[in-house]
Order: sequence, then structure tokens, then C-alpha cells
Amino acid sequence: MENMIEVKDLRKEFKSHSSRSGLKGAFRDLLTRQYKVVPAVNDISFTVKRGEMVGYIGENGAGKSTSIKMLTGILTPTSGIVRVNGMDPHKEREQFVRSIGVVFGQRSQLWWDIAVQESFRLLKKVYNVPDELYHVHMNHVIESLDIGPLLDKPVRKLSLGQRMRCELAAALLHNPPLLFLDEPTIGLDVLVKLKIREFLKEMNAKYNTTVLLTTHDLSDIEALCERVVMLDEGKIIYDGQLDSLRSNWGEGKQIEFQFADAGVTKEELQPLLAQLDGAWTPGDRQNVWIANVLNEEQVISEVIGRVVAAHKITDLKVHEISIEDIIRNIYEEGITNG
Amino acid sequence: MGKYIEMIRIRFLMMLAYRTNYYSGILIYSINIGAYYFLWTAIYGGKETIEGMSALQMTSYVAIAWMARAFYFNNIDREIAQEIKEGKVAVELIRPYNYLLMKTMQGLGEGIFRLSFFSMPGMIIVALIFPIVFSTHPATWLLFAVSLMFSFLINMQINLLTGILTFFFYNNTGLIRAKRVVIDLFSGLLLPISFFPGWAQQVMNYLPFQGISYVPSMIFTESFSRPEIIHAVWFQVVWVLILILPIQIIWLIARKQLVVQGG
Repeated sequence: MENMIEVKDLRKEFKSHSSRSGLKGAFRDLLTRQYKVVPAVNDISFTVKRGEMVGYIGENGAGKSTSIKMLTGILTPTSGIVRVNGMDPHKEREQFVRSIGVVFGQRSQLWWDIAVQESFRLLKKVYNVPDELYHVHMNHVIESLDIGPLLDKPVRKLSLGQRMRCELAAALLHNPPLLFLDEPTIGLDVLVKLKIREFLKEMNAKYNTTVLLTTHDLSDIEALCERVVMLDEGKIIYDGQLDSLRSNWGEGKQIEFQFADAGVTKEELQPLLAQLDGAWTPGDRQNVWIANVLNEEQVISEVIGRVVAAHKITDLKVHEISIEDIIRNIYEEGITNG
Repeated sequence: MGKYIEMIRIRFLMMLAYRTNYYSGILIYSINIGAYYFLWTAIYGGKETIEGMSALQMTSYVAIAWMARAFYFNNIDREIAQEIKEGKVAVELIRPYNYLLMKTMQGLGEGIFRLSFFSMPGMIIVALIFPIVFSTHPATWLLFAVSLMFSFLINMQINLLTGILTFFFYNNTGLIRAKRVVIDLFSGLLLPISFFPGWAQQVMNYLPFQGISYVPSMIFTESFSRPEIIHAVWFQVVWVLILILPIQIIWLIARKQLVVQGG
């Protein structure tokens, strides 16, 4: 399979000025400013194959948006090589952007004051989509996203979920082989999220559309992507299958106990895990403690047995460690612990 | 090219979406024309001509200058500044079109809307209230149309220039306001250039502003002789060409060091 995205040693530096403190400092800032060069994206390399759906994750400020903006040709890289769909996104911008679709969850790309269908009509002209192609493809998109009744409404009258579905349709209007989604499900309810996921899967299966998805909602990634690229402070800290992330870092189980009597302390609980290689963490409510233990039948039953014998409990839950927890652990402890 | 024409149509629709703006606009322009009409009749007193212009030519000048302004004037500079400030320019850059050309087309769409639903009906109303002479020569009308197109372009280019300077200043509301006052004054909207002191007229000859309002208005009121008209239109053409250069240079630099604000 050919590579859709090739990134090699990509780097983007921003100059940021640091203000001096105090009134005197403010006056000095008027004359000379101190600049600091901050790398937002620090020599990253990765490739994405045609037809892959890749989750691109990281905390706020990790460099996700900056790298997406370089991949879409909006920003010029400080150094490094970007080839997307065989083109240099920044140098061949007008030609290049015809081959991509982009959805920015946080800003609309439809025209605010006019009906959705007018936006579509303009985009159809902008991308030079022939009539027959447009009708076949868009009728399908409109039907699967269920936006038919919204077409004659101005964008400003749509709800967020309605607007997002229209945005997605607009991004796919020219049926691009590559789709960038920058937090497409931010602030959406579960039903709309599910609909959007279903739709993306369908597009990927039908047209072999490559998708690069950034999101803070890891359930999106779990539902769509087999592979994740994880960024931290401008560097890639993990690039691989989502499954192996789970098997490497998420071997354990969490057993959540809700105790009947108030005031159970960690010290009291600690001996109960003796020789079992586990740890207690406080739960999100009062009197709730979570035992993090290995995923073995014996261990789990032993822990439950010991705890129940020692304390009265009102509730008990057994969880698999979620991807969210795994990722939080990776960010807190670094990849080396794995 | 189809996409650029489509953009004119979209802008037309957007203007229709906000009708109140349109009605209040008519009111403001009528008040302005009325105020300047009474001001100028007071200045003329009983005098036949000032600086070679009769009182009648002057009222026509004022009326046409404001009506022409409805066509060439737009807030594209403010729009660009806002799009840059809010980071919306990122969305524009993922479209396969030239952003500045697209903005120009939006301005043109706005201009055509105002010309047909605002200037023309407005001019008829104004002509009923105030004495205004309309030329009967088709050539004058044609030359006026040509020169009005160039005044749109010059004003647009200056707007683009002030707009994209936001890339460097991050907040240039002040510059935009200053530009507006400078254009109203130096373009000949408030006062014909021939009324300026001699040295100021000399300076104006090296600035593009009189191409915006003075030239088309003088052509319309037939205050220019034939060679003067040709010279004035050339003046406009040359400025349109000259202004392309700084816009392109600044745009290229801006794209190089673009910082998209707000994530």
C-alpha cells in the first residue's frame, strides 16, 4: 500500500515574546522585546498509508493542531519534509487542498448567514464537482447523515449537532481521498457521535478514505482507529496499534469497592493487598476505593474475598482499565514504564 | 472563474439576509447628501462658480460621490482583520482558491448589491428633492462606469492591504479607522481635490486616494475636459497596477510566518 502521508523530521518553531514584569518592564518592552523560540512540533516523523484511520492524540498544547495545520498547508514548517498525497502541502497549496477534506470542530467553514445548500452549491463550484457525480455522492452523504431537512436553513439557526453533520458533509463534498478531522465530536451528544462514527466508517469502507482524527474523546478513537499516534510536548511518544497499547499498559483490572462505614483509610486497606502486587487509589466518591490488580482469576477472587471479609461493602464493580486511564498513565509516568 | 462568480452571488444572498442594514444605510446616505447640499449652498452664497465648478455641478458632485461610495465602499478590511484575529483564515486557506481574489469578489458582490438596490433608487429620490444635472452623453456614462470600476479596485486594494497587516499587528482596529478617515478626506468625497491648496494638490498627485472618489465624480459632473478624463483614468490604472505589488509581497511574507490564533 502506498503512503498517503509522509512526514520526516517535521519541526515548527514559534517565536514568543516574554513580557518583563512591572511598569518599568512594560516600558522596556516598548523598546526591546525578549523573544523565546519555542518548538511546538519537535522533529516528528511518521507515515500513514492509504485507507488507514489514524487517531492523533495528545494533551492540549502537545502540537496536534500545529502539525495538522502543516499537513493541510496552512502553516509553513520551520524544517523537515511533508509529503501528503504526493504533494508539498504548502508550496502547491491550491492544487493540494483539492485532494483533502478538513473539519475543524471549533470553527465553522460554512457560511454563517446563508442556507446550507447555498454553501454546498458554492463549494461544488469551488471544487469543480461535475453535476452527476455531485448528485450521486451527495445524495448518499445527505441521506446517511440525515441532513436533508436542514438544507434550506441558515447555518446560524442550526444546533451544534446539526451543524457538525453539515460540516462533515461539506468536507466530503468533493469526495477527497484524505480527511482531516480536528476534534469533530467536541460538545456533541451520544447519538450524533454515533451517527458520525458510523458514517466515517462507511466512507472509509466505500471509498478507502484515509482519515486522520484528533480528539480528546478517546471513545471516538476506540470506535474508529486501529492505530494511534500520541504526541507530547511536540514529540511522538507512541505510534502503533491501539490494541498493543492496551495489552502493554492495560493488563490489570480495577475493582471498585464502596464501603459501608465511613472513614476507611488507605493504611487500613493496604495490608489486604499483601503479596498480590496491587495498589489502592481513591475513587471519585466518598468511601470508594479502587484496587488496581493483575488480570488473573485467582488474584481477583482473593482480593474480593479479603476485602469482604474485613469490611462491610455496599457496592462492588470490576472494570477493565480504560484506554483513557492507560493514556493518562503514559502521560504521567512516561512511556518507559510500560 | 465560476467559483469567483458564485462568490458574488453568495455575497448578494448574504446582503439580503440582513435587510435592516440596508434600510438604515439608505437613511444615513440621504442625511449625508442633504447635509452636504445645504453646506455647499451656504458656501456658494450668491457666487456663480468656485474653482471652476458651478453650484449645480457641486450638488451633483456631492450626490454622485456618495452614491458611488455605496458601490466602492465595503468593510472587507475589517472582515479580513476579524478572520485573522479569530483564526478563521485557516479555513480559507484549505480552500482551493486565492483568498484575496475571493475577498475582492465578495466586495464586488456587496458593491453590485448596493449599486442596484441602493444607489440607483437612492439617486432617483435625491434627484427629485435636490437639483441635480445628469449628463445626456452616453460617453460620459460609459467613462463614469469605467472609472467607477477602477475606484472600486483601488479602494479594495487599500482595504486588502490594511486587512492583511493584521497578520503583523494582531489588532489593527486603529489603523482601519484611520484609513477610513484618510480615504473619505483625500479621495475627494468630502471636498473636491481642486479645492485643496496648491501644495496639497501636488502631494495628492503622488497618492492613490483621488482615484477613489474624485475622478469618477468629476467625470460624472462633466467638470473634467476630455484630456483631463483620459489622464485621470490612466492615473487610476497605474495605481491599480502599482498596488498589486505591496499586497502580493505582504501576503507572501504573512503566509510564511502565519500564526493561526486560537489553536
